[in-house]
Amino acid sequence: MYDFLYHKPSTVSEAVALLADPEVRPISGGQTLLPALKHRLDRPSALVDLSGIAELRGIRRQGDRIVIGAMTRHAEIQRDPSLNAAIPALARMAGLLGDPQVRNRGTMGGSLANNDPAADYPSAALALGATLVTDRRRIEADDYFLGMFTTALEPGELLTAIEFPVPEKAGYAKMRNPASRYVMTGVFVARGPMGVRVVVNGAGPGVFRQAEMEAALSANWSPEAVASIRQSSDGLNGDIHGSAEYRAHLVTVMAKRAVLDAG
Amino acid sequence: MPSVSLTVNGQPHSVEVEGRTLLVELLREKLRLTGTHVGCDTSQCGACVVHIDGESVKACTILAVQADGGSVTTIEGLASPDGGLHPMQEAFREYHALQCGFCTPGMVMSAIDLVEKHPQGMSEHEIREGLEGNLCRCTGYHNIVKAIAAAQEVMHGRRDTLAPAEA
Repeated sequence: MYDFLYHKPSTVSEAVALLADPEVRPISGGQTLLPALKHRLDRPSALVDLSGIAELRGIRRQGDRIVIGAMTRHAEIQRDPSLNAAIPALARMAGLLGDPQVRNRGTMGGSLANNDPAADYPSAALALGATLVTDRRRIEADDYFLGMFTTALEPGELLTAIEFPVPEKAGYAKMRNPASRYVMTGVFVARGPMGVRVVVNGAGPGVFRQAEMEAALSANWSPEAVASIRQSSDGLNGDIHGSAEYRAHLVTVMAKRAVLDAG
Repeated sequence: MPSVSLTVNGQPHSVEVEGRTLLVELLREKLRLTGTHVGCDTSQCGACVVHIDGESVKACTILAVQADGGSVTTIEGLASPDGGLHPMQEAFREYHALQCGFCTPGMVMSAIDLVEKHPQGMSEHEIREGLEGNLCRCTGYHNIVKAIAAAQEVMHGRRDTLAPAEA
C-alpha cells in the first residue's frame, strides 16, 4: 500500500471540502477500500475518514420511511429493532454480508457508493425504491446504479443517508460462492408503494429489474408464479465460478426463494 | 507522521505511525504483541482478529489511525495477571481445539465476541455460522465448535467450571 495523508473531519462540509481534490478518497468501513489499496489498485494522496461524523450514523423511522445513515455499520443494521420490525428482509440481508468481523466495520454507504456487482444492498435499494441522499441532492435508486462499480455520484459527492419506503412485503435470497462467499446470484423481491419489484444482483455487471417476474408476481404473489420464467443469459457474468447460463438459472431459483422469504 | 493514541490490553500507548500502517502492524511491530497473527493479509482468514471497544475486527483491514482513541484487546490481554486463563482459552485447551495453533488467537477472539453477542446461547449450527470469518486448516473445526459450546456455559454463568471433555 502506498502511503497517504489521513484526515478525520467531524462534519460533512469539512469532508466535502477535502474531497474536492480528485486525488483524495473517502474511507468508511474500509473493508473494500483497504484490500484495494493493498493491491495498489488506487493511489490516493489522502484518505478522509468519515467515522468521526456523528450525523452520518444511525437508523431512524421518519413517517413511512426508514432512514439509514451512510456510515451505519452492517452489524448495527442487522440488529436494529426498528428496521427488523419495518423491513426485516433488509436487516436479514445485512446479517448475511461478509462475516461477523466485516459486519462490525463495513457500512451501507460504503457498499452503495462502491456498487460492486456482487454486493447485496444495491438490489434492496432498487427493489424498495430507495432514495440516496448526498451532500448536495437526492437521487432515486432508479437513477443511481449505472453498472459495474459505477453510480450517479459525481467526483467528490458524498453519500450521507439512504431512505427506504417501508414495503408491505420484501424478501431476499442469494447463492453464495462456496469459497469466497460473494454473491453468485441474488434476488430481492418487494411489494409496496412502488408496486412489485424483482431485482437481480450478482448475476450481471450491475443490478437489474426482472420485468417478466414483476408482472407475474403482480398478478399472483407466490413462488409458483415465477417458477417457469426463464432469465436470458445474455449479458450476464460468466467466469471460473459459474457460467452465464448457470447464473441465469439461479435467477429463477433465487426468485422463488425470495418470495418464500417475503412470505 | 500521524500519532495514534489508544489503549491496548488496558495500557495506554501513543505511537507515531504512517497513514498506511495497519493496526496489526502497529500491534506486532511497534508494540511487539505478536500473538495476533497475519495469515492472509486479505481479511479472509481471521488469524488477526482483535477487539476494538469490544467488537471483533480484522486487524489487517483497519488502519492504525482508525483505531485512534479506541480500546484494543488482543489475545495477550485475555488471561488475568496471575496467569489464569480466560474461559475460552481454557476451553480451547481442554477440548484440544487446535493443532498447529496458527489460527487460534483469532479463533479465540472471534469466539468471545460471538458468545457475548448471544447471551441466550448458541446451537452447534449457530457457532459454525458465527465462525464464518475464521479459517482453520487443521482441525476441521470440530473441536473448536465443542470448545466454544462448552465455554459459553461458563461465560454466561450457567456453569461455574468448564465441562470436562470426554476422554
